Amino acid sequence: MSDIKEPLFSANNLKLITTPLGASNPITIQVLGICSALAVTAKLEPAIVMGISVTMVTVFSNLILSLLRNTIPSRIRIIVQLVIVAALVIIVDQVLKAFAYEVSKQLSVFVGLIITNCIIMGRIEAFALGNKPWPSVLDGIGNGAGYGMILIIVAFFRELFGSGTLTLPALGAIRVIPEKFYAMGYVNNGFIILPPMALIVVGIIIWVQRSRNTNLIES
Amino acid sequence: MDKQGNKYTFLYASVMVILVAALLAFVSESLKERQNKNVEVAKKIDLLKSVNIASDATNAADLYSKYIGDDAFIVNAQGEKVEGDAFKVDLSKELKKDPAQRSNPLYVCKLPDGTNKYIIPVRGKGLWGPIWGYLSLDEDKNTVYGATFGHKSETPGLGAEIETVLFQQPFTGKQIFDADGRFTSITVTKAGQSAGNVHAVDGISGGTITSKGVQAMLKDCLSGYEKYLKN
Repeated sequence: MSDIKEPLFSANNLKLITTPLGASNPITIQVLGICSALAVTAKLEPAIVMGISVTMVTVFSNLILSLLRNTIPSRIRIIVQLVIVAALVIIVDQVLKAFAYEVSKQLSVFVGLIITNCIIMGRIEAFALGNKPWPSVLDGIGNGAGYGMILIIVAFFRELFGSGTLTLPALGAIRVIPEKFYAMGYVNNGFIILPPMALIVVGIIIWVQRSRNTNLIES
Repeated sequence: MDKQGNKYTFLYASVMVILVAALLAFVSESLKERQNKNVEVAKKIDLLKSVNIASDATNAADLYSKYIGDDAFIVNAQGEKVEGDAFKVDLSKELKKDPAQRSNPLYVCKLPDGTNKYIIPVRGKGLWGPIWGYLSLDEDKNTVYGATFGHKSETPGLGAEIETVLFQQPFTGKQIFDADGRFTSITVTKAGQSAGNVHAVDGISGGTITSKGVQAMLKDCLSGYEKYLKN
C-alpha cells in the first residue's frame, strides 16, 4: 500500500461510479435485481423512489460493512451482513411510510424485498469487505445509480406507452400523449403494463448496449 | 482477543443485535405518529371518494371534518347504535367474529345540498389477497349513491380493475333491498348480463374470482346493517 493519499475523486475512484452505470451495470450486465426491476416499473415515480431507496441501502451497507470489515468474525460474516442490510431496509421502509405514503403503498413488498436484492449482498461481498470506506461508498453510489438508471429508463417507456402519462415525484401524473391522439383512435398498450413487457424492455436495453459496446458480448 | 474464537463471535453478535434493535425501535417510535396519520388520511380520502368528493392528502382532513366530522357511529347486528369510535374499528378483526357479535361502523355524510348519505365500509377476499371498499347509500337507505373499492394484490388489468371508475360507477343507483323490503345485496354478474337489473352490476371479464369476491364481500358486510337500515 502506498503512503501517498489518493485524492477523493481520483480517476480510479471515479471509475467506481461510472463503470456500474455502463460496462458493469448491475441489471444489464450482471443480471442482478431483475425481479424488482420488473415489478416496480409500471410507473415512473415508484421506479425513481425505488432507485433512490436501493442506492441508500447500497451506500450505507457498503460504508458500514467496510468500516467493520476488520472486526467481523469470519464465521458469522454473512449473518452480520444480513442484519445490517435488513436494518437499513427497515429504516428505508419506515421513512417511506412516514414521508411518501402513496409511493410506499405502490412499492408494497418490494421495499422489504430490497434485502434479497442480489446487488446489495453482491457489492458487500465483492467490494466493501475488501476495500476502504470511501471507495466502498462510491461503489455503492455507482451500483445503486446503475440499478436506478435502468429502472427509470424501463419505467419511462412502460408508463409512456402503457398509460400515456409520466408520473414524477411532487408533480403527479403528467399527460404526455395528447387527448387528440386518443380521439383519432390511439389506444394505450395495456400489455406493456404487465411484467413480461418489462423483461422485453430490459432485453432491448441489453441488446442496444451490447451492440454499441462489442466487448461486452460473450464469446 | 482472538477474533475467530467463540467468545469474540458471541460477544460481537450480541452487541450488534442489541445496537441494531435499539436503533430500529428508536426509528419506529419516532416515525409512528406520522405513519398513523398517513393511514388515517388515506382512509378519509377513500371515505370521501365513496360520496363522490375528490380529495387528496392536503385537504382530506378538512373535508372529512366538514362533511362527516363526528357523525360516525357503530351499529350492532340488532340494528342498535352502540358506544364506540367507528373510525377506529378494525374491520378485518370484526369479520372474523360471528355476524351477530360484530360492531359495524357507519358514517353519515352531510352533503352541501342538505342530504345525508350513509357510508358503509366493506372488506373481503379477492383472488390473491384482501379487497375492501366503501359503499354510500342515499337518504332512503336503499339506493347506492357511490362506491369505491381497493385491493392489495389483484392481477393488474383483470381483478385490479375493481379500482377503476368503469367498475365502480355502475353501482350508483342500484338497490340493496327489493320491492318487498327483503335484503338482496348487489350481485356482480358476468360482464354484460346486468342490464336492467337494479340489484346487479357487471363483473370483470377475466377477473371472475375478484368479481365474485366483491359480491361476497358486499353480501357479508351489508347484511350486518340490514336491521339498522330498515328502521
